Amino acid sequence: MNRTSSGTAMVTLPTDEQILITRELDAPKHLVYEAYTTPELVKRWWSGHRGEVTIAEIDLRVGGAWRYVMVAEGGFEVAFHGEYHEIVPNERIVMTEVYEAPETQALPEADAPLNIVSFTEVDGRTTLTLLVQTTGKELRDTIINSGMEAGMQEGMDLLEQVAVSLR
Amino acid sequence: MARAATTADAFNAVAEPRRRQILDVLAGGERPVNDMVRLLGLAQPQVSKHLRVLREVGAVDVRDVGRRRLYRLNGHALKPIHDWVSNYERFWSERFDRLDSVLEELKQKEEGDEQDE
Repeated sequence: MNRTSSGTAMVTLPTDEQILITRELDAPKHLVYEAYTTPELVKRWWSGHRGEVTIAEIDLRVGGAWRYVMVAEGGFEVAFHGEYHEIVPNERIVMTEVYEAPETQALPEADAPLNIVSFTEVDGRTTLTLLVQTTGKELRDTIINSGMEAGMQEGMDLLEQVAVSLR
Repeated sequence: MARAATTADAFNAVAEPRRRQILDVLAGGERPVNDMVRLLGLAQPQVSKHLRVLREVGAVDVRDVGRRRLYRLNGHALKPIHDWVSNYERFWSERFDRLDSVLEELKQKEEGDEQDE
């Protein structure tokens, strides 16, 4: 498994079609779950330092939709949406995530990556894991179409090689 | 990050699993094409075709040593991918840093609520 980390977020590659993002958080899991599923709270962290979340819609039920829109530095909008497939309060959320690429045709929903988010608590601290499961088709398309989520796994596969050859 | 949708960029060059395998082999050092044919179990025309794509984006360099052609990995051509991935990872770190402060607030609020009870 390739592994790299920056700050305390860790990105690993369990398989060619998966990305695993892991981060330990200093709070019990019901609060992490709350921060992850409450629109006003999502608005405060989801954009990182790269802009402002202008829309965070969460219909937290199986079959319900979510949609986040961020206005990035420079004024352009970045939007993602998806559908909840599984919800276990404070434990696990399974949802699709589709990047709304303005310049390209949207992916068919069936090819959308699946995000599997788990919250595991030990001694009041929570490990959040986000497993991104893609299909080969989706992967190819996003690599060609670009966007925030594109090219991720392929890039991760090559990270070590690049690091080695830049040495 | 915007990127042209052509085949002539590093991202597309590595989207093909066999080409990634070739890069894996070359990450271990310079090799003639026959080595790759043997290691990957592919026919030579296929390997040559993949090598051509990799050379077009500069991910692989070639040089002649006597009668042999040796291929090697050129990591600098893959730097856009490296940069992209680093960027993605930084983005997640930023998100989590902000999540930290949201959580800190929720914790304090909860402790406050408990004291009120």
